[in-house]
Formats: sequence, C-alpha cells, structure tokens
Amino acid sequence: MHPEKIVFTYQGDGDLASIGAAEIIHAANRNENITVIFVNNAIYGMTGGQMAPTTLPNQVTTTTPLGREIITGAPIKMSEMIATMDHIAYVERCMAADGPSIMKTKRAIRKAFECQINQEGFSMVEVLSSCNIGWKMSPVDSLTYIKNTMTQTFPLGVFKERKHETNH
Amino acid sequence: MSKLLMKGNEAIARAAMLGGCEAFFGYPITPQNELIETMSHVMPANHRVFVQAESEVAAINMVYGAAGAGGRVMTSSSSVGIALKQEGISYCAGAELPCVIVSVSRSGPGLGGILPAQSDYHQSVYGGGNGDYRVIVLAPASVQEAVDDVGKAIQLAEKYRNPAMVLLDGAIAQMMASVVLPTQPLPRVDTTSWAATGDFKTRGTRNVINSLYLDPAKLYAHNQHLQAKYREIAKNEALLVDHHPDHHDGAIIAYGTSAKIAIGAAQRLKEEYGIKVKCIQLRTLWPFPKQALREAIKDMSFALVAEMSMGQLFQDVLAFTRSDTVIGYVGKAGGEIITSDDIVNGYLQQMGGEQIEHSV
Ligand SMILES: Cc1ncc(C[n+]2csc(CCOP(=O)(O)OP(=O)(O)O)c2C)c(N)n1
Repeated sequence: MHPEKIVFTYQGDGDLASIGAAEIIHAANRNENITVIFVNNAIYGMTGGQMAPTTLPNQVTTTTPLGREIITGAPIKMSEMIATMDHIAYVERCMAADGPSIMKTKRAIRKAFECQINQEGFSMVEVLSSCNIGWKMSPVDSLTYIKNTMTQTFPLGVFKERKHETNH
Repeated sequence: MSKLLMKGNEAIARAAMLGGCEAFFGYPITPQNELIETMSHVMPANHRVFVQAESEVAAINMVYGAAGAGGRVMTSSSSVGIALKQEGISYCAGAELPCVIVSVSRSGPGLGGILPAQSDYHQSVYGGGNGDYRVIVLAPASVQEAVDDVGKAIQLAEKYRNPAMVLLDGAIAQMMASVVLPTQPLPRVDTTSWAATGDFKTRGTRNVINSLYLDPAKLYAHNQHLQAKYREIAKNEALLVDHHPDHHDGAIIAYGTSAKIAIGAAQRLKEEYGIKVKCIQLRTLWPFPKQALREAIKDMSFALVAEMSMGQLFQDVLAFTRSDTVIGYVGKAGGEIITSDDIVNGYLQQMGGEQIEHSV
C-alpha cells in the first residue's frame, strides 16, 4: 500500500514455521520488498510453552512431556529453506545470547533493512532467542543453552546475500 | 465412583480418552491449552493417536481423514481457531463423518481477548462453512456437565454420523472442580458399511468418503437426505433443564456460564423480591429446544435472556418462541462476566415493559 514506507514483520517460530509457514514461503518467493525478523525460541511462548516446529530433539515442552520425538517431526530450518530461493535479497541467522552476539544481530538487522531501502527485495534475520520460562531454566542458563545447544541444530551464518542488485 | 479435582480442560481431555477417543488433533490456543497438553500425554500413554498439527486448518482436516477411516476422533480449539476450522467442519458434515469438536470460547471479534465470552453462539449453531449443514451443539455449564457432554457428543456423532460440538467458555475450561470421569469406553457403532478402511478385497464393496457431487440431482438428493437426518436429530435430541419447576412468575433463559449465574439470580429474585422466576438452562443449542421452551414460558408475561454476547441468543429466543411473552435481554461481551446483579437488575427493570426488537 505504501511502497515508500519501510515494512517489517516480527514473527515467532510458532507463527512463521507453523501456522504461517505457507504465507512466509510465498511472500519470500514473490520477493516482497519487506524485512522479516524471525524470533526463534524453539517453543510457543505466549500460549504457555507448547512444542513448536523448531523445538529441538528431546526438548521437553508442555505437549512433548517426554521430550520431542522424531515422530512429531524434526526442527524445521526456515532460514536454510527460504535461502533456496535464488532471487531474494538476504537471509542470516544470528543469536541473542551475549553482548557480542547481540551486536552482531543488530548489524544483521541493519543490513536487512538496507536491502529493503535499496529495493533489493525480501530480507530475513532469524534470531535464536531464549524463553527461560517456557524452557524452565534460569535466564543465565537459557543464554548458555542458545550458545551451546541451539546453535548445533541451527548453525549461525549468512545463508543468502544477493549483493546490492536492485530487484525492480 | 471416585471424585477427582481438576481443571475443566484437563477433565474434558481425560473424559474423551476414557470414553474411547482414538485420535486427537489439536493446536495451541488460550484458553484451551491444557486440553491439548493433557491429550499429549494421556493419548500416547494409552496407545492412541495424538498429533499437534501445524494449524487449526490442518487439525480439522486430520479429523476428516481419521474419521473417514472409521476412527473415533476429536479436536479442540477456541474462537479464532474454530473460525479456521469451519471449512473442514462443513466437509465433515457433507461426508457425514462422526467427530467431536470442543470449542472453548474466548472473546472476539478477531483476535479479541482470552477471557470468557459466549459470542460464538452464531459461529457454533449456524457455522461459517458453506452449504446447508448442521452441527449438534451441546452447552455444558459446569466441569461435570462438560465431561458428560463429551461422552454424549461422541455417541450422538456416531449415532447420526454427524459432527458434534461441545461449546463451553473459558470460565468452565479454566475452573477447577470435582468431577467423576467415565470408567468404560462408550459402545461403538458399526462403521463397516461406510468407513474407508482399505478392506475392499475382503468386503467386496468400495467405501468412499466424499462430499463432492457434480450431478445436481444427486447433490439435491444428498441434501434431502441430510435434512431428513437433521429433522430426526431435532425431534430427538433438543434439551433444556428447568431449574425451578415450581416457579411460574417468569423465566431467565441462558446456557453455559450465564445459566450458572442465572440460577443464583433466580434464587435472589425469590428471596429478595418475592418473584418466583425459573432458570431455564439450554443444554443443546442445536437442536434448539424450541418446543420445550415455548411450553415452559407460555403462561408468563416476561422472560429474560441472559448471555455473554450481544443479543445472539436473544434474537433466536425471540424468533423461536413467537408468543405473547415479552422477551428481555441482559448481556455483556468482550471478556466481562455477567453478574447476578446484572441479571436481577435487568429483570426488575424490564419486567412489565414492551417487547424490544434488538438487544442494543
Ligand atoms: C489462529 C490462531 N491460533 C492460535 C492462536 C494462539 N496463539 C497465540 S500466540 C501463538 C504462538 C506463539 O508462538 P510463537 O509464534 O513461537 O511466539 P512466542 O510466543 O514464542 O514469541 C499461538 C498458537 C492464535 N492467536 N490464533
């Protein structure tokens, strides 16, 4: 509606990787000139800690009380999946686990918005984040869990960078 | 029969499993989360199917598949989630699949809020799916009634090969109460004549689950068959409870949580004002107990509808009773719970007045 305005979405993994999975894939495939901030905390936080598509193997949630088993699916890697689309602008996975990683996330988000401002098309930054209440951990342990455990399933890095060619 | 203390959501889940539910497909949404959370452990622990679907649309379509395969199947959700299921519910009704849908309503419209409301009366009773179809809607007012209604919904769904819904609000789902749970799985209706079980070779006939009829004559005949079934359900299953059979001065008509509060309000009208008002609790919303309601209020000059919605029930009571009895309305929505004061004051203010056409 307002092509001159900056547009972004802020989406959880329950949203982006589950009920909204079809929509995000098609928004990316249309190379919509928007920025997606994808907050992946491997759980449905707002509704009280149920399994998400990104929940790690063996992770205990309120709907996987014995730990997540493969019969419920494996953690979906949305950044890798979306990065298979050649024409989109930018996809990076970061984490919010300590000072340096948060600074790095900030730079990635800035870059994603720059892509949008430069009319390069779809950009997404996935941020591995904590949900210490849902995970039933202390805030400090949650940050360690992001660094040591989540990154094993969700490796950090840039998955797509189409380097400043204007799309339109 | 031992009594247990538990939350409405947990009690409903356990009652469904104990009643013989074989497969449950759900998706998180407040205020029904404890229902799917309980199902996530009691179903696998009893060798039944539990799937947390990727959306409510996926969950109801899993219900279609599993019910089509002859399973005893259930799903649950709340308001916005039930809205998403409407297409699938219409398909289940069209293909005549028995299934149970538990609807724990919150406030709306849209994302609304998570507090209790009864604003999904139209959604449940009239549905948002396409076509001339009907869903049996049971309306419990307590945790025990919710437990009993889950069993009843399973049986009605199978008896009539039709979706059956248990409609409650977040207050009942979140409330802890003592309950008696079923001890025996409910008897099964034979499904071999229609269920798609992959037994063509041994049976010799093909069972096809379908709601598509491109030939209008066949589809019209199918519709007539459905309507005949709905008339049968309407004749047999409509139910209300008169909580004060010896009160005849007037009535309060309500269902669910509003009915619970109305029982107390009727008591107060008698004790504080000497007016003997009966509380009529609607136990089924479809079929609507029209005949019994008309009968119950026929000699009264005034009856008040109390609901946690903006006149949805009031309009139906007005349309269905068509009598000289003046029908009043008192209600709230948006997560505000109706109080005994609201009902008592509403009754006193409106009795003796003219018929209103709209609630607001
Ligand atoms: C159609 C619909 N279904 C279900 C819900 C309930 N609901 C609210 S938030 C949420 C998901 C929360 O998970 P996520 O997107 O990962 O965000 P988080 O709370 O973890 O940040 C769900 C299922 C809803 N609001 N709408």
